[in-house]
Amino acid sequence: MKITDKEIKIAQASNGLRNKRSGAYVSFEGWIRDHNEGQNVRRLEYEVYEPIAIKEGENIIDEAKKKFDIHHASCIHRSGLLDIGECAVWVGVSSSHRKDAFEACKFIIDEVKCRLPIWKKEYYENGDSGWVNCETCASN
Amino acid sequence: MSKLIEVSYFAIFREKAGRDSEAFKTKSETVLDLFKEIKKVHGFDEPQGHCKVAMNNDLVQWDAKIEDGDKVLFFPPVSGG
Repeated sequence: MKITDKEIKIAQASNGLRNKRSGAYVSFEGWIRDHNEGQNVRRLEYEVYEPIAIKEGENIIDEAKKKFDIHHASCIHRSGLLDIGECAVWVGVSSSHRKDAFEACKFIIDEVKCRLPIWKKEYYENGDSGWVNCETCASN
Repeated sequence: MSKLIEVSYFAIFREKAGRDSEAFKTKSETVLDLFKEIKKVHGFDEPQGHCKVAMNNDLVQWDAKIEDGDKVLFFPPVSGG
């Protein structure tokens, strides 16, 4: 689990998961989109409490390794200001076969969104800004 | 008996409290009681069930006991990803 305020180097990160036992690699990228709930989004800021985000992210990856038959898994999340189109979060999983890699990848991103102390503030084209609530997590 | 707790706020809690941390004198026994006390002081209206709490840099349950000198971190609803 890594937190960075720099661009996520996806090719480099995915290469770190390569190994001779793996026949499948599944990844997820979360991108900054230009709209949310009817508002035009100009940019976005992530606040991260790193000590617990890293610890909890490692816990999630360990849980995925126990729950699914995978070889390696990794997650990188951005902090700070991001522009539209940038990659905010990357999850990569390698396994012998695709089924467990797909399921583990979904498990990791779902848990990361709900459990890590990370907060998103959107800056809108009309000059307003606002903290975003995770609807999925709020309903749990 | 009163305890002195170092309380830290993040995101919308920090903005509402107007500070990122403070020393808070309390007679609360648990982090939940402390949160209820602080909600009134700073006007937090986020449902407690959507928030998280950490003590001394570990996530804890809301019934965790607080001791004098503890560092308590209150996290508003998260929105990573």
